[in-house]
Amino acid sequence: MTRWAMTVDLRRCIGCQTCTAACKQTNATAPGTQWRQVLDMESGEYPDVRRTFVPVGCMHCADPPCVHVCPTTATRKRDDGLVTMDYDVCIGCGYCAVACPYQARHINHRRTYAYGGGPNETEAARFDPQRMSVANKCTFCVERIDAGLAKGLKPGVDPEATPACVNSCITQTYAFGDREDPNSNVSQLLAENHWFRMHEELGTDPGIYYIVDEK
Amino acid sequence: MSFAEPKAGRVAPWIQTNWDLRAAGNFIGGGTGTGLLIVAAFAAGAAYRPFALLGLAFVALGLFSVFLEIGRHLRAPRVLAHVGRSWMTREAIVAPFLFAAGLAAAWHPTPALAALTALLAAAYLYCQARILRAAKGIPAWRAPRIVPLTVVAGLAEGAGLLVLVLALLDRSFAVRWPALALAVLLVARTVAWRGYRKRLQAPAAALAALDAGRRIFDRLGNWVAAPVAVVASLLAPGPLAAGLAAAAGALALVCGWHFKITLITRAAHNQGFALPALPVRGKGAVGAAAKPGW
Repeated sequence: MTRWAMTVDLRRCIGCQTCTAACKQTNATAPGTQWRQVLDMESGEYPDVRRTFVPVGCMHCADPPCVHVCPTTATRKRDDGLVTMDYDVCIGCGYCAVACPYQARHINHRRTYAYGGGPNETEAARFDPQRMSVANKCTFCVERIDAGLAKGLKPGVDPEATPACVNSCITQTYAFGDREDPNSNVSQLLAENHWFRMHEELGTDPGIYYIVDEK
Repeated sequence: MSFAEPKAGRVAPWIQTNWDLRAAGNFIGGGTGTGLLIVAAFAAGAAYRPFALLGLAFVALGLFSVFLEIGRHLRAPRVLAHVGRSWMTREAIVAPFLFAAGLAAAWHPTPALAALTALLAAAYLYCQARILRAAKGIPAWRAPRIVPLTVVAGLAEGAGLLVLVLALLDRSFAVRWPALALAVLLVARTVAWRGYRKRLQAPAAALAALDAGRRIFDRLGNWVAAPVAVVASLLAPGPLAAGLAAAAGALALVCGWHFKITLITRAAHNQGFALPALPVRGKGAVGAAAKPGW
């Protein structure tokens, strides 16, 4: 069985937000909606101060609270671990948004534009009315994964079948692959390094692994 | 460990904005309405009919309130699709049976129909409590003790409304024991609240919001209203007893609503982001955990 997962090497991330921009370009998300965002966390007291860049988004949990609470079954989990959204079924009740401990879900009730009161050429061309007033979130670029697999490509190895954020990263912070395959890139990275998953104590079994140090 | 304001994205928990006063309206209407339907089945006696209709009206108002909240109104029937896991679906499935039984009981009041309505109302109220419990992203909602608190709060609000209406309709307030029942439920509500608050693990801002509302909800709505209800039940029938009963009922009701609004709109901070360890930079060591806002 496949479980698509992502590793994020926190030692490498420099907070350039290229992944954020690549995600927005690929998925045409509305202004203010970031399926992939990079947090800039400053912690500690002088002189022991740290700054950490933390990419976050939908964790594609193995036990996703959003799937459990969704009253319409618009949110589903596939056999390969991807948590998907059906915009045609969602009623926009927001229950998934309050059930998600990762703040990964967004609902856009009004059409907004990046510049001024109207859409620019790109916004006009890529506006999707299906997404208005329904929940939306990171899909791990499921269309790219499925299309790539159909062509015999390997997600996480072949860029055409790999999420846009992973492809765009200039520091190779991200890796993407099959967690169930011991020879995959993500499985090998996790075997060689110390890592954690965010809010793991909540029992969601998230699919994004944060690497902090080598073993 | 201190944390600076993030330059990109929010890190510490913040108040969710997906559910607002309209969602709170569902918990207010549903709690008060079902509470009234349950309490009236045992306490209203011959006056059951108007209380059944009033209880159903509150539930309907709550459902209409949450209907206004959803983004795609015409798709609302799809809410019935996930009975296997979603407590929101289960609430929606119970609703038509509740209205059918309640209207039948109001049309032809019998103990059996009133009891059936009370049973369905209890199921509806329990679903509402579990809706909050299943919201894993909001620490103040997902606490296990939110379930008994929500159920007892609904019953107390229903009893408060019953006593208020009885006192307004009968200036001598001849029927005493509904006021005693209200007092008992208010004691249960304060016990449930204290158990919930004592064990609650939530962001500091959410705890502060709950504690700020405690003066109204717990002290006024429970600690003042309960003795007033007891005194009203002990006094000789007359305007003073009726006035005190009405005051106790109103306090129980309004302060309960205040708590629901606080819980849904002011103490609804999300989980925020946390790191169990900070990454190595260069030749340094792994840093201590970071959990801002908690």
